[in-house]
Amino acid sequence: MSQLKYALFTGCTAKQSTPELLSSTLAVAEKLGIEITILEEASCCGASHLQDFDEFLAHVLNARNICYAEKHGLTMITICNTCQLNSQMTKHALDTNPDLKARVNEKLAEVGLEYKGTSQIKHFLYALIDDYGLDAIKDKVVTPLSRFNIAPFYGCHNIRPSELHEHSNGGENPYVPTSLDRLIEALEGHPVDYSSKNKCCGFHVELQANHTSEVLTGNALVDAIDNNADMMVTPCPLCHLKMDTYQDSVGKVMGRDIEIPVLHMPQMVALALGATEEEIGLKFHVQKAKHLYTEAS
Amino acid sequence: MHNSETRKVTIKAFRFNAETDYLPYTKQYEMEVGKDDLVLDLMNRIKWEHDGSFSYRRSCRHGICGACGIKVNGKPVLACKQNAIELLDLFNNDITLEPQSKKRAIKDMIIDKGDFWQKHADVQPYVVADIDPHPAHESKQSVAQFNAMLDSDLCIQCGSCHYACPALEANPDFLGPAALTAAYRFTIDTRDNAGEERLKLTAQPSVGVWDCVKCFECAQACPKEINPIEKITKLHNMQFEQGIAERNVATKHAEGFLRGMKKTGYLDEADIVLYSEGILGMHKHLKTAMKMMKSGKIHWHSGVPFINSIPEIKNLSEVQKLIEISQTNKL
Repeated sequence: MSQLKYALFTGCTAKQSTPELLSSTLAVAEKLGIEITILEEASCCGASHLQDFDEFLAHVLNARNICYAEKHGLTMITICNTCQLNSQMTKHALDTNPDLKARVNEKLAEVGLEYKGTSQIKHFLYALIDDYGLDAIKDKVVTPLSRFNIAPFYGCHNIRPSELHEHSNGGENPYVPTSLDRLIEALEGHPVDYSSKNKCCGFHVELQANHTSEVLTGNALVDAIDNNADMMVTPCPLCHLKMDTYQDSVGKVMGRDIEIPVLHMPQMVALALGATEEEIGLKFHVQKAKHLYTEAS
Repeated sequence: MHNSETRKVTIKAFRFNAETDYLPYTKQYEMEVGKDDLVLDLMNRIKWEHDGSFSYRRSCRHGICGACGIKVNGKPVLACKQNAIELLDLFNNDITLEPQSKKRAIKDMIIDKGDFWQKHADVQPYVVADIDPHPAHESKQSVAQFNAMLDSDLCIQCGSCHYACPALEANPDFLGPAALTAAYRFTIDTRDNAGEERLKLTAQPSVGVWDCVKCFECAQACPKEINPIEKITKLHNMQFEQGIAERNVATKHAEGFLRGMKKTGYLDEADIVLYSEGILGMHKHLKTAMKMMKSGKIHWHSGVPFINSIPEIKNLSEVQKLIEISQTNKL
């Protein structure tokens, strides 16, 4: 296989509250011989909130990010479902609406940039599965995750709406997603089948509709625990933040104790590929997770 | 089996009669399913060949009356539009027919849709205008005006998006995607005079657009491919454009993204909470903040948490300039 090269759009969380996401992503890339160029010029994707305030401005700023991947001539990979959604929505809007593309490019010209539409955008999860390949990953496993029942939590913005994502997520069906399950199997872990795996974590209304947010998180966490999961794994750092950080308060809403580690997808892969404890960064979790490193090896 | 014209399968169905049953139960029905069979054909077969008491709503059989919306293994479907073999393939020949909302079930697939219709009525889903009984000419719409309301005008009120919405499930006050799409449909109509009223209603905390959790279940569920969440985003934008949006935690959260982006290019995760909630609202987050600090999720910088802890993107001035020349809305 020729060497895979990507432009990495880190998003805000990997640069702030989830440094473990960035370090584990880079560790996985290094173990697999994938070349990563970090787009240090890329700004926030707007996380769907800036889009609510000013949709046109959000398109301009996302188009600017994509311009930098185009300059490298590389596919842009994301490590956050919401970055993936918003970047892909801008790409889709501009590629299908010449008038909007012209209006956005008029703004970008003011800073010497032009959106062309030449770079694809895909989440790292699907780069691993569809470009690198599960069999090739399986060959690189040094620490099989066979001791663990792992509950995959897909996160909305990688799988819905399917028409937007189908060209970059291997045609994943949002009602029966399989990619994370298959990845867990390739790492020799045991995927947990539970009905909340493709549901919403409630992150986006954490501030203004706290009860809704807590109930949605609670439903997912409890479902994973009741199906005997040792840990959850998600490709989205926003799902991770909501589900890892708020287990105390969510437990009060659900009326029971909730304790389960929630790993980022690259952390799980890094663990199986034998990355260092530092790179995997389990110490950054609010819900204790460091024991997983010792238990795995 | 997959190659033959028909497939012999066991179909499961949710059964419940609110008048006689304490709990719902599941029954199984064996049948041959052909390649052109719709989910509606399966339900007809249950009723006509197995159990005449099996109940479900159906009328037009042409995807236009919206009566036969149900769920299959949790997936919202319009029974007269959904091919059965496709579903059997998707769910490995193991499918259960369910009502759109189990907690609203009256009899089998039939639910009490009262909440749906009430919310629909709340947004005044019609053109509000003073009509001249003897007009001299038609009230014309340009192609652009027509396209702005299409595709939201294609809604058949089947309830697929409404009963797929997890925000509604958790908060019964929320208007939900179908009513919000109707609110958009008539607010964007140039002949209508109730736009401001609708935008005020849909701006209300707990009721309006700000309770949308952005899961895109509605976009996935809609059998008419209307994409309700896209209309919800348009309503958000219209609230700012028309000066309806009031300063509250939700609107500040949306607008506040620009504060961090102007400073560093990134969202400032700590500042956005402080700015949206205000100093007095911060007590809700102290416990979480302490935990995040302990694990290193929140960084200290120069002895102060939250502030200036974020790296700066390269070419930040481009982002600043683009915000300056492209921003159209204000709070």
